[in-house]
Amino acid sequence: MSEVSEAIKNSAYTLRCLSIANLLLGLCLGMNAAQAQVATTSLLLKEAPEFVRTDLENRKLDLHAYRGKVVLLDFWATWCASCQIEMPRFVAWQSQYGPRGLQIIGISMDDDPELARKLYKKMKLNYPVAMGDEKLGQLYGGVLGLPLTFLIDSQGKVQAQFRGETDLNLIEDELKPLLRP
Amino acid sequence: MNIRPVKHLVIAALLVFSFVFISSQLQAQFTPTPIASALSIPEAQWLKPEALVHMQQTKGADKPLVFQVGSRMLFAQAHIPGSEYIGPGSQPAGIQQLQNRVSALPRKKLIVLYCGCCPLSRCPNLGPAFAKLGEMGFTNVKVLYLADNFGADWADKGFPVEKGN
Repeated sequence: MSEVSEAIKNSAYTLRCLSIANLLLGLCLGMNAAQAQVATTSLLLKEAPEFVRTDLENRKLDLHAYRGKVVLLDFWATWCASCQIEMPRFVAWQSQYGPRGLQIIGISMDDDPELARKLYKKMKLNYPVAMGDEKLGQLYGGVLGLPLTFLIDSQGKVQAQFRGETDLNLIEDELKPLLRP
Repeated sequence: MNIRPVKHLVIAALLVFSFVFISSQLQAQFTPTPIASALSIPEAQWLKPEALVHMQQTKGADKPLVFQVGSRMLFAQAHIPGSEYIGPGSQPAGIQQLQNRVSALPRKKLIVLYCGCCPLSRCPNLGPAFAKLGEMGFTNVKVLYLADNFGADWADKGFPVEKGN
């Protein structure tokens, strides 16, 4: 336990150092405070922001309704090749770990819902997908690059976030301990 | 002569070959074909973020036109101050919009393209947009080097950004 606390303290210290370094770099480049707020922010160990959307099958998708389940929230888009590489694995996880309490939710950041719908069918996604927008992106700390995936525990807290291309084994290793035996 | 070891070797080789072949087929099935890789853009045309900021902030310098050729949703959340949204270079509408925007410009005008949707090696937008400008005779086109994405390589590093459309 103390090792974990130490690790968290160290991570927090590193993050503070990085933030200061970023701020200094920003000041050197003459940016103002309002501009600095747009940088992506970490939601780690915070409550996952709630949202209600209509999914691509016209069903209500309310994040709060998944309390009690482990949610893998995946922001993707049809133009993101890395996102598409992840999808078959997510489909397999939904089948394999669904009975143990995993729920994958996709958020398409496409501008055109039709493109998202076509890929949704082509990839035979077995989990709900809703369209995102800039408001939802901001809510999740700024979706300024894809893929972007959040691992949310059964209490609704963000336990991990994966920005950019990530080793899928790493994501699987993080999510498995959160599931029911 | 005992041919059993040879037989085992042949079977093992066939199994390995089958495994490699099936893996490559699966990989090909799930890997989208890139339209024109951003990595095909010549190294000399890449521009580092620091260089662009310097260019934009230097008084009296010829300011480049900065075009975002990726997703509108990403642009609305954050973009380079003064940049214009053009549309995804991977789609005909985006390329048409780019063509319309630059058609009246002098061919020596400095233009900087950027996207930042995803890792450069997988970006579907920069390659076609860069190729289109070359085809139209533009000789001073640079491409912003954002290795992973706009968030990690620009916004998170404290470079200036604006929100909105």
